Amino acid sequence: MTTSPTSQTPVPATGRDDPLLSVQDLQVEFSTSAGVVRALDGVSFDVHAGQTVAILGESGSGKSVTAQAIMALLPQPAGSIVGGRILYGDVDLAAAPVRTVRELCATEVAMIFQDPLSSLNPVHRVGAQIAELFIRRRSMPKQAAWAKSLELLKRVGIPDAETRIRDFPHQFSGGQRQRIMIAMAIALEPKLLIGDEPTTALDVTVQQQIMELLADLQAETGMGMVLISHDLGVVAEVADRAAIMYAGRIVESGGIREVYDNPAHPYTQGLLNSIPSNTAAGERLNPIVGSPPNLLALPTGCSFHPRCPFATQLCRDRSPALRHPQGWAPDHTAACHRSEEVLTHG
Amino acid sequence: MTGLPPTLAMQTMQRARRARRGVTARITIPLVVLGLFIFGAIAVPMLYGFDPMRTEVLLRLKAPGTTLPDGAFAIFGTDQVGQDLFAQMMMGARVSLTVGISSLLVAGVFGVVTGLVAGHFGGWVDNVLMRIADVQLAFPSILLAILLSSVLGPSLWNVIVVISITNWVVFARVTRSQVLTLRSREYVEAARTLGASHWHIIFRTLLPGCLAPILVVATVEFGHVVLLEAALSFLGVGVPLGIPSLGSTISNGTAYLGTAWWISTLPGIALAALVLSTGVLGDALRDRFDPKLRSA
Amino acid sequence: MAEIPPLLSVEHLKVTYATRSSVLLRKIGENVAVSDVNFEIRPGETVGLVGESGSGKSTIARTVIGLVPAAGGVIRFEGNDITQLSLRQMKDMRRDMQMVFQDPYASLNPRLTVRDLIAEGWRVHSGIVPRDRWTAEAKELMERVGLNPDYSDRYPHQFSGGQRQRIGIARALALRPKVIICDEAVSALDVSVQAQVLNLLEDLQADLGLSYLFISHDLSVIEHICDRVLVLNKGVVVEDGTAAQLFDNPQHPYTRKLLAAVPVVRPWLKDAP
Repeated sequence: MTTSPTSQTPVPATGRDDPLLSVQDLQVEFSTSAGVVRALDGVSFDVHAGQTVAILGESGSGKSVTAQAIMALLPQPAGSIVGGRILYGDVDLAAAPVRTVRELCATEVAMIFQDPLSSLNPVHRVGAQIAELFIRRRSMPKQAAWAKSLELLKRVGIPDAETRIRDFPHQFSGGQRQRIMIAMAIALEPKLLIGDEPTTALDVTVQQQIMELLADLQAETGMGMVLISHDLGVVAEVADRAAIMYAGRIVESGGIREVYDNPAHPYTQGLLNSIPSNTAAGERLNPIVGSPPNLLALPTGCSFHPRCPFATQLCRDRSPALRHPQGWAPDHTAACHRSEEVLTHG
Repeated sequence: MTGLPPTLAMQTMQRARRARRGVTARITIPLVVLGLFIFGAIAVPMLYGFDPMRTEVLLRLKAPGTTLPDGAFAIFGTDQVGQDLFAQMMMGARVSLTVGISSLLVAGVFGVVTGLVAGHFGGWVDNVLMRIADVQLAFPSILLAILLSSVLGPSLWNVIVVISITNWVVFARVTRSQVLTLRSREYVEAARTLGASHWHIIFRTLLPGCLAPILVVATVEFGHVVLLEAALSFLGVGVPLGIPSLGSTISNGTAYLGTAWWISTLPGIALAALVLSTGVLGDALRDRFDPKLRSA
Repeated sequence: MAEIPPLLSVEHLKVTYATRSSVLLRKIGENVAVSDVNFEIRPGETVGLVGESGSGKSTIARTVIGLVPAAGGVIRFEGNDITQLSLRQMKDMRRDMQMVFQDPYASLNPRLTVRDLIAEGWRVHSGIVPRDRWTAEAKELMERVGLNPDYSDRYPHQFSGGQRQRIGIARALALRPKVIICDEAVSALDVSVQAQVLNLLEDLQADLGLSYLFISHDLSVIEHICDRVLVLNKGVVVEDGTAAQLFDNPQHPYTRKLLAAVPVVRPWLKDAP
């Protein structure tokens, strides 16, 4: 059975199977010329089959670093995992040799990135790039691989796939390139798909189509999904759970409706309040005061306290652990000493 | 805390720090070597009272390490006319450094301005300037230098001119390509929207952003320039007779390679050390400005 | 109703990009980026241009400010046609129209201090602020945009994204313009910081009587800050009206499609009875 991370409240079982991916107390540091930066300070979350977890945060929160750490893509030699576990089944990806992780990442865990143009090889035809996966990993003959390639392109919604399969990446639009990247990601039927800001660079109409495609694919294959984004709205229709990150930690986690409707952490509440669509026309917006902290010089105690309207002396002294606020849904946790007041205030 | 054995994390951090130190070593050591050369070039000929015109037939072709009759110690021996080789080498180094730096400055200024103008204005101006550069590059530089030298005649200034003409193109190209990268950056457009004149944009906005790659190119080109001057002097079309240069010293020693090997070899080694240092320094500077190594 | 003459008016604007042959640079073709665009901006008003990529909204902004030449149509500022200006006249016009750019990391010269960045306009246009007053006035501008004036000797990389955008706004204000064009000025900012900068822009408009031409792809931002909005699709205006008209009652199918695609933070509320 799953073992709970030692430093946080155990997450009660929801009646599902073992999680596909269990990140436990992950810590990542970067060595920079200005000092050592603690990019992730004890991040924990689980992803089950068929479930979509959204990791949300602003720049510097550590959300992209989390994805990079899982896939062994941290920039070398600067970044390294200094603690915690990333359990995929029985394998701890944090301690396993890079070769094992890469092997796993080629077959069972797939990732899609923000900028498809830099992730697709510009000198190879798109059909060849997808077919290569089958040729290399499934030892398929070339004909069969191209046939599967065509099938995938149709599945992700590329029009005229028969003719376009021989085109090069630059001949497609941004949205289409993202679809091609999704095709490559799902080709080997991964159990887990990680999307690092997959729709940020796309127009809003295309964004909607891509999110629908991802939701369809998940319903079809039952894979788990981790979606990383800075946009709370984009993931709202697709995600089941949300984890809000700030300064390298998860500050709130729970079912997405629960977190959006009843935020238990002042940062989440502040984010939701500052969105323009949440303010009536003609009124001033309600931003969160101040700016995100410098990871080299984090405030004492809770990293959010300089910007928090609920801050007390306790918040300045002691860093709050993720806990479950009194009286609320069992899987809703927040790292705040005053969650109860935040919930009633919001 | 479970997970990685602590030593693995430590090792990664140590590797990162070592990578940073490696770059610093490659900058400090060449700088030290260059510093020694400069110091030697200035001080040694003066200390030795070097006079290029003097000949001491009795003292000729002495091996390195010989103590001369008048008590002086010839570290590197004497050459075919009795001059102390060490002093002559340092005098030659003085010439190499002077010609090197002057040519670099002339070629650099001319090349950078051309690159800035070509990159900023684009269009036919860019076309014309770059075609001139291409034509120039198509000429083998040594032949061009020999031709110009023979036409202009021997003099220190002419050598500088010749070397500048053969070397300005690389500065122009590097500057132009950097300008092309920068001109679509928003801060250059911002300068335009402020109403800045071409002069302001070229020299106050674009040029500061080009300095890093120009510096890297300059250190590498310094090596080329020094070698070119030595080659020209070796061939007899470089600095005029009477001004010793590492190249001419090597040339003079070719007749004695079997007997007094030190006359050609030691200046050759010195030349190699000088060029190698500037090359390594240029490499290290380029790495230092490389963003990937920056965060290590 | 008294007719306030428009500060800026754009009539039948057409902008094209030429494709040229590689060696002789002869023009061999033409791409129309923007065609037949018309709008006006009155003093104190905010007009929004919204559209997806390739809609031409940024092209219009760049043409109005003079970075890109107009192929057809007329742009009038205070009644004068500015499409046919000489370089010298263009420079004078710069003082009345300024721009805030999208990328807080690329829009500030990394080698200049904040004070020099703000004072660059005064260096170009002598006569607005005497040299000995540059530092004092730059610090005043920093305060006005919410930056600590003690940081005037720092370099851009020492500031966060939101703070850099404030520096960009201070730079635009330095020449005391009447119109500021915001080209996706908040699009690259984090959500919590976006709200701060939008509030700042609104405050400045109220204090200084500025007009804004606000370009964005984010409909919720446009809805919040703009008085009038133009919707662009492939270089053509498909719909225009007040913000309220457009968002409550969109007429054109493209506008409707755009509005339907905007991600809603709590979509489940729509289903609630």
